[in-house]
Amino acid sequence: MSALHFHFEIDGMDFSSAGDASVAVKKKLRQLGFPSDVIRRCSIAMYEGEINMVIHADGGTADVMVYPDKVVMVLEDHGPGIPDVELAMKEGYSTSTEQIRNMGFGAGMGLPNMKRYTDSLEIETQVGVGTKLTMVVSV
Amino acid sequence: MAEFQHSVSLDAQKCIGCTSCLRQCPTEAIRVRDGHAVIRSELCIDCGRCVRVCQHKAKRAVFDSLSDIDPKYKWRIALPAPALYGQFDELADIGELLQGLLELGFDDVYEVARSAEIISECTRRYMRKPNILKPVISSACPAIVRLIRIRFPELCDHVLPILPPVEYASRAAKASALQKYPTLMPEEICTVFISPCPAKTSYAKNGLSQTKSSIDYVISISDVYKQLSGKFGKGREFTMRSKAGIAGVKWASSGGEVEGLYLDRYLAADDMDNAIQVLDAIENGKLPALEFVELNACPGGCVGGAATVENPYIARSRLLSFRRGLPNYRNYLHLEDKEPDYIPPDAMVDNPIKDYVPPERFSEDRFEAMRMMAQMDEIYERLPQIDCGSCGAPTCRTFAEDVVKGECRMEDCIVLLKRHLQAQKEGAEK
Repeated sequence: MSALHFHFEIDGMDFSSAGDASVAVKKKLRQLGFPSDVIRRCSIAMYEGEINMVIHADGGTADVMVYPDKVVMVLEDHGPGIPDVELAMKEGYSTSTEQIRNMGFGAGMGLPNMKRYTDSLEIETQVGVGTKLTMVVSV
Repeated sequence: MAEFQHSVSLDAQKCIGCTSCLRQCPTEAIRVRDGHAVIRSELCIDCGRCVRVCQHKAKRAVFDSLSDIDPKYKWRIALPAPALYGQFDELADIGELLQGLLELGFDDVYEVARSAEIISECTRRYMRKPNILKPVISSACPAIVRLIRIRFPELCDHVLPILPPVEYASRAAKASALQKYPTLMPEEICTVFISPCPAKTSYAKNGLSQTKSSIDYVISISDVYKQLSGKFGKGREFTMRSKAGIAGVKWASSGGEVEGLYLDRYLAADDMDNAIQVLDAIENGKLPALEFVELNACPGGCVGGAATVENPYIARSRLLSFRRGLPNYRNYLHLEDKEPDYIPPDAMVDNPIKDYVPPERFSEDRFEAMRMMAQMDEIYERLPQIDCGSCGAPTCRTFAEDVVKGECRMEDCIVLLKRHLQAQKEGAEK
């Protein structure tokens, strides 16, 4: 069976709508009858990805492919790229500004959480060009 | 499990099939079919918002009335919700109101606010336990608890496993009556909750999970208001005295519960949209630092319930005016000799919520559900996407779902139908 494909545009200027795609995906997965732990993992990973794109990359796109046995989330932006992926994967490491942190974001848990809650996380990034994350959550 | 008994119903004579409740329902449980609103039982959480927004008074919360009480009950105990205290302008002392309840035919009164203080004490003890899931979410609002069950199943384990105050009050009232009057038999005693909202009626009818509630009847605050309004403040004698402190009374409005917990990091949100946003945030792990979250389905908390009379902010202001002369707490468990995190077993929920069936699920078969969703997306693309509600569904997206489920047809979309007719007319003219 071919996958269901959902496409979301993530607005880089808008903190208040960051998380909307995550909520939308959550609803779709509930309607499809996925187990609640799968739904939660997808929702957290999606949310962290969305926030990252808003904070660092001025927005981007999210494409979610739902298969009967797995959910694949591809987040793509044309932001600054990640110079040191290994460092960025460290819990608590953050390049967010003071202002962003004061808003309650930028705790340096984005990528670590994405890794923790998914079965695989692939990062393709080029400084000055952008970043593409592919996350898979299996049932 | 037996069918869930709801406490929101429709007067079909009065319903003209408008879109007010349709648009406001937080779980999209309402459709208009054949000119009348229809509630989908599996999605309804009895929050009562439709009752509040219906301009035609067609949506009703179902309550018992005083005359419904079975004569076999020799001892009828009223359980007034603290929100009741804020309804009367001329009321200077809560005792006068309690006296008024006796005059309505009750044999005794047990204030829910008293139990609220006990539940606060138990919650403070619960918060000291190691390895509990945080934030802990209040169990007091039954509409919120049901919402969590339906839509946020992963958060069920965050819900405080302690009885809501009204349940504790009902059990405590019965126990104390038996103690005070040894000639009474347990089956001769009934408790009658005076409720601010339909959600609490559903709770009393259905209980939590498999546990039956001990509350026997639920009558509405507005019903009692009608019978007592205008009777107070005329210098009448009254002997009843409130046994609650201000901490218990405060539970009636949003933030009252968390205030009694003496925590630093908490959140209190009211009104359904806010509550849903907070639950989404908790589920996404966005609020890791919080210890406790109090959520109320109604604006302002219980004082904003669909069965109250007074504006919630006015009611709250009156509640605060009782503060004068009242101690903070008057009800204690006296557990000084116990461990700091000991909770009496009779305050705990015996059957935590586990029985989750996803009500939004299209089909038990995931392949079939995926096929339906693909079809739904295809239909949605063809719809005007203006969410006008004329088809009887709250949004174009829900209409697409209904079409796929075979509950309605594309022709039910009058915007498309109009376009179609227009095209036909133009075709004929050419």
